[in-house]
Amino acid sequence: MIRALGWVLRRDLLLAFRRRGDVVNALVFFIIVVSLFPLGVGPEASQLRNMAPGVLWVAALLACMLSLARLFAPDHQDGTLEQMLLAGEPLVVLVMGKVIAHWLVSGLPLVLMAPLLGLQFDLPGDALAVLCVSLLIGTPLLSLIGAVAAALTLGVRGSGVLVALLVLPLYVPVLIFGAGSVGATAAGTGAEAHLLLLGGFLALALVLAPWASAAALRIAME
Amino acid sequence: MLEARELECTRGERRLFSGLSFRLGAGQLLRVAGANGSGKTSLLRIMCGLLLPSAGELRWRGRPIRAEREEYCRNLVFIGHLNALKDDLTALENLQVAAALGGMTADAGRMLAALDRFGVAHCAELPTKILSQGQRRRVALARLALSAAAPLWILDEPFSALDVGAVVELEHLLAAHLASGGMVVLTTHQEVQVVAHTVLRIDLDVHTAALLAA
Amino acid sequence: MIKSNRFSWFLFSSPQSFYPLAGALQPWFALLAVALCAAGLYIGFFVAPTDAQQGESYRIIFIHVPAAWMSMFLYLVMGFWSGVGLVLNTRLSSMVATALAPTGALFTFIALWTGALWGKPTWGTWWVWDARLTSELILLFLYIGFMALQAAIDDPRRADKAGAVLALVGVINIPIIYFSVQWWSTLHQGASVSMKSAPTMAATMLLGMLVMALGFWMYSIAATLARVRCVILERERHTDWVAAEIGAQK
Repeated sequence: MIRALGWVLRRDLLLAFRRRGDVVNALVFFIIVVSLFPLGVGPEASQLRNMAPGVLWVAALLACMLSLARLFAPDHQDGTLEQMLLAGEPLVVLVMGKVIAHWLVSGLPLVLMAPLLGLQFDLPGDALAVLCVSLLIGTPLLSLIGAVAAALTLGVRGSGVLVALLVLPLYVPVLIFGAGSVGATAAGTGAEAHLLLLGGFLALALVLAPWASAAALRIAME
Repeated sequence: MLEARELECTRGERRLFSGLSFRLGAGQLLRVAGANGSGKTSLLRIMCGLLLPSAGELRWRGRPIRAEREEYCRNLVFIGHLNALKDDLTALENLQVAAALGGMTADAGRMLAALDRFGVAHCAELPTKILSQGQRRRVALARLALSAAAPLWILDEPFSALDVGAVVELEHLLAAHLASGGMVVLTTHQEVQVVAHTVLRIDLDVHTAALLAA
Repeated sequence: MIKSNRFSWFLFSSPQSFYPLAGALQPWFALLAVALCAAGLYIGFFVAPTDAQQGESYRIIFIHVPAAWMSMFLYLVMGFWSGVGLVLNTRLSSMVATALAPTGALFTFIALWTGALWGKPTWGTWWVWDARLTSELILLFLYIGFMALQAAIDDPRRADKAGAVLALVGVINIPIIYFSVQWWSTLHQGASVSMKSAPTMAATMLLGMLVMALGFWMYSIAATLARVRCVILERERHTDWVAAEIGAQK
């Protein structure tokens, strides 16, 4: 079982490596969206500092959502998804492998890039650290929830917009506690409670989301 | 071994077939015939457990296939319309991933031999996106040469895009699998010469299963 | 479908036998809905006392609060029937879930609309990011997502199942979303603009809201039954019994 998970993970990482452009594009999208906000609201430092957590988190949400199209759709098109359903391994495990690969490829780069962008918004050091931690806990959550929506909209007309419609409302708690943790640090009330709750959501999603995705994939393949 | 009872398939609003029953035992070949749109692919997908029949059930060794899906899948090799190859991986890497997910243990040497059997060993290190349609089909079929341990092979149009040499090679492979007690289900538009103990034939146009001795 | 001589509730799980039952029940629920809503509105507008702080404008809560209750309740009901449809593979349960969604979305919209109308005289603005209004807004998005997903999938059985998975994911998420928004709102604003500031409620006010909620409930049942009948006819239009049914009506 672990071996199959390892193979799926290896395969997806190798594919992402062969198509580095797609990965870089999502990261550039994240950077551009974040950089547009100061142009929209003006360069005043104190205002930007207040907005920074929300802006970074919303941009991360959007970047992650865009990359969901790459999660199952290519495998669906070339028939490899069909083979995964017939692999003789629990589909949940294979889905888990794909979600981990998705996070490593599209979530982790955002976490690494975020402190740099936070500096642009003049965030203080402790807030930057909390931003990174919150993204580190929150982005896997985005990949897990996103996998359910990606599986549900597989091969459906206009699936790009539909994914956004399904997934963004479900991202609300992640956004609130992710951005809230950074805001709470800046306000001096401490981010622990927020981060712990995010961790709790992550545990819940780790248990439930792969099952829901696997069920949705079986439905989509019928 | 594989037994179908009163299968019915409805796609959208159309009933493709109903009341379809058959038994497939060791060394038997089942050929599914029928016009385009008669439900050949749907029947094969039902046999794989990818599609739920709207009525009836399939049993493998006496047990419903949905009850022990993973166990059933380990006994099964399916090659569909799509080749299930990743464009960005080489032929060898594709075969490795397929073998690993299919639970086959094979080293690089055996995989190269499998590719060689279908005459695509020289493409082993090339990404499959630059291969021709026929070569890709050969790479996909090379999986069969590693799958002797899985008794049930379900093949959807395996002969499409193949040249004469590859057709003969595949016929030999299928005959060897059947001779060693395997089972093969396939759809094809070509006349094929596969030596088999028994050839069953389902013609979906007339919705009846007839037994023809080969 | 299932034919058995002993009476069982499975008997009505077949669309064919449910169709006439729904048709027979629907007018009664519609009648009840009209009567209860009329009674509720009478209590709300003529019997309930004028509020000391908010004057007459508070009376919109007789529509707003029951609509908000129903919007959340109907999502749970939808999730329940979706789950039943997914687990037992019964077509009718999924059809009921499909039929519930527009009514749920309607009540969510009414709750938002009346909330905005109430906000203007009370807080001087059409929209405040109050926890309950924000939760309602997200609930509306969830309903729209459910309907959009079902509309985008051509095969009705696949649409049923995919919608069911989404509804169940939504049911797990609603408490989390509600709780997060609550937390978020207490962090970001004082209690001055909160609907919780309503004074202790007079018994007649509570009665009015309960009667209205019952009326909305009956309306939901009536509307859902009517919609299920349409869904059944549409899905089963190639069967003999639907042909006979339509032939009889002509």
